[in-house]
Amino acid sequence: MQKNYKKWFPIFVLPTLIAFVIAFLIPFVMGVYLSFTNFTTITNARWVGFDNYVKIFANKEFINALLFTAKFAIVAVVTINVFALSLALLLTKGLKGTNFFRTVFFMPNLIGGIVLGYIWQLILNGILYKFNVTLTYSEKYGFWGLVILMNWQLIGYMMIIYIAGIQNIPGDLIEAARIDGATSSQIVRKITLPMIMPSITICMFLTLSNSFKLFDQNLALTAGAPSKKTAMLALDIYNTFYGRQGYEGVGQAKAVLFFIMVAVLSLTQLWFTRKREVES
Amino acid sequence: MKTSKKIIAVFLTLVMLGSITACSSQTNSGTTGTTTAAKTETDDTTVAAGTEEIYFLNFKPEIAEVYEKIASDYKAETGVTVKVVTAASNTYESTLRAEITKKDAPTIFQINGPVGYQNWTEYCADLKDTELYSHLSDKSLAVTSGDGVYGIPYVVEGYGIIYNNAVMDKYFALSDKAVDISSADKITDFATLKAVVEDMTLHKEELGIEGVFAATSMGAGEQWRWQTHLANLPFYYEFKEAASYDSTILAGLAAEEVEFKYAENYKNTFDLYINNSCVEKGLLGSKSVDDSMADFALGKCAMVQNGNWAWAQISQVDGNTVLEEDIKFMPIYTGMPEDSKQGLCIGTENYFAINNAVSEEKQQASMDFLNWLFTSETGKAYVINELGFIAPFDTFEEDEKPADPLAREVLAWMEKDTTAVEWTFASFPSEEFKNYFGDALLEYVQGSMEWDEVVTIVKDSWKAEKTAN
Repeated sequence: MQKNYKKWFPIFVLPTLIAFVIAFLIPFVMGVYLSFTNFTTITNARWVGFDNYVKIFANKEFINALLFTAKFAIVAVVTINVFALSLALLLTKGLKGTNFFRTVFFMPNLIGGIVLGYIWQLILNGILYKFNVTLTYSEKYGFWGLVILMNWQLIGYMMIIYIAGIQNIPGDLIEAARIDGATSSQIVRKITLPMIMPSITICMFLTLSNSFKLFDQNLALTAGAPSKKTAMLALDIYNTFYGRQGYEGVGQAKAVLFFIMVAVLSLTQLWFTRKREVES
Repeated sequence: MKTSKKIIAVFLTLVMLGSITACSSQTNSGTTGTTTAAKTETDDTTVAAGTEEIYFLNFKPEIAEVYEKIASDYKAETGVTVKVVTAASNTYESTLRAEITKKDAPTIFQINGPVGYQNWTEYCADLKDTELYSHLSDKSLAVTSGDGVYGIPYVVEGYGIIYNNAVMDKYFALSDKAVDISSADKITDFATLKAVVEDMTLHKEELGIEGVFAATSMGAGEQWRWQTHLANLPFYYEFKEAASYDSTILAGLAAEEVEFKYAENYKNTFDLYINNSCVEKGLLGSKSVDDSMADFALGKCAMVQNGNWAWAQISQVDGNTVLEEDIKFMPIYTGMPEDSKQGLCIGTENYFAINNAVSEEKQQASMDFLNWLFTSETGKAYVINELGFIAPFDTFEEDEKPADPLAREVLAWMEKDTTAVEWTFASFPSEEFKNYFGDALLEYVQGSMEWDEVVTIVKDSWKAEKTAN
């Protein structure tokens, strides 16, 4: 059997590997190369070394986008996970209509980013119309609009993951705890949470990387208004690239930096939460 | 597996494969000119052997559908397929950049003037020996560099304050109006305009309107009427004072810094727009140009700043109440001493360029198409009647001018004894400059920025963008 695997392994892996190399690896390497050049289209590039990277930090919009994205990521990760976990705990008690609620809560996740952004823009502008302002009035409106949008979209998805995690907890552990006289909150804190640590790892990773990489919804909801103050990192990179001639290299350099940031953050978070996972 | 299950499995696999291949062939999809990032694509993938396929990247979403008809007529006549793709509002540069690197790159594209030409120098073919250039009535309008001609203007356009004369006449018939004049064409300076507009705002119930001006659209990508068109006026006057240049565009291109001397004048007109509008100031950040034109067409307001291309938009609004004989132009007065001699802002931002990176045959086929459009009877009929262009070519006789009312108004104003304002904004340093200006205006409108800050931002970004390029 093992020999069979060894023989056929390359053929089965090949299609996915090819797709991965073409769609990810090659553009990535080209991107890193281009970040050290000055180019207008992909086919004509001139080497400039670290010039682009220096220009990044002189750009105050990038710093603003960085801070905005960091704030947004913290708020979004906390709110989404707290709400998702609460809903998951609620929907594993075996209440009537649980399946229906799970489906309904998951459905927002199926709507694509741009469409969602425009729908929420209409809704939020409609509410703000009563106060004679629009979303572009202040960056706080844009910030909270984005938080609401991301919550609406991702809570269902994370909830499903948490439900799966909770359902995997051996029933006898909970029974034993109840017989020992533990209260509900003690059960949640001492048994449920440690046992679903793998789910927490995954959910935190997903929400963190999604929040950092957010583009579609950002573009559709505010497009950075007012004055690019609500532009997150991805939108800022996009604006830099298309905004003016000669800055494509800077945009690419920002993208490389962006990749490093998200990779470091995610890996740190994964390592940290993995350490706290408990074997049942 | 049971046989029936096997059959279902095979059938489903085939359906899946079928849908993958079906998705890869192009389909016709129409859009209306909205602010969402949508592209209108007409593609006929059957190319007859021996004929070329040319690809035109269109800039004007307002007339995208007309080009589809032109393409099918041209194909019927000559067999050459014309692929027309329209870039969504404010995305022309980025769309062109993406498309030009592909193997099937646009063969005809547009540049917006000398500044746009700087971006695309490597891709513009020299057009000085072409038939179309020989027909250009005013050769100084073309984009040149050294001896070569790289951009041919294909339409002369004008913009100003479009007004609905029916409402204006109603106002002038009021017994308690605050001004002495009795018709809109007697408004010849900013002071009179301001008096009329503010009085009309007081009487808006009687006039049946919700405000005098349509929404000052400040949505993302919708601010070009203010950071480009309205901004044209103060900069035109500032650069006119630089006596050593023939045109304000050349003076602007040479200016490393600007004083924004006439910022107050800009502010006066802009304030007039936003304070006498049918839409509250706070809501302007979500308004688009389409919204403004619809407001005007539905009779909610009496005036809107836009150009003669807007007639297509106005006449197509469902429930349009503005009649052809009531729609007129007024110059944009900013309170300069020369107001009464000032006419509309007339010029062009639309130059055809041919892609020199494609094959010689395709370049020639593209030129042939353009020649056909502006010299043949069918082509000229389209230009005058459906595209509504005032084309600057000598192939158009005196009586072959566009039929739409706004184009006729522009021509009428060109004949008057007033000085037309050049499109000085062709010399603005970059798109980023306009974006900074527009963003600052949005904050000013929403009340979170003072006008002095806006002026500072304009001056600083002009300098920064000039040196960045």
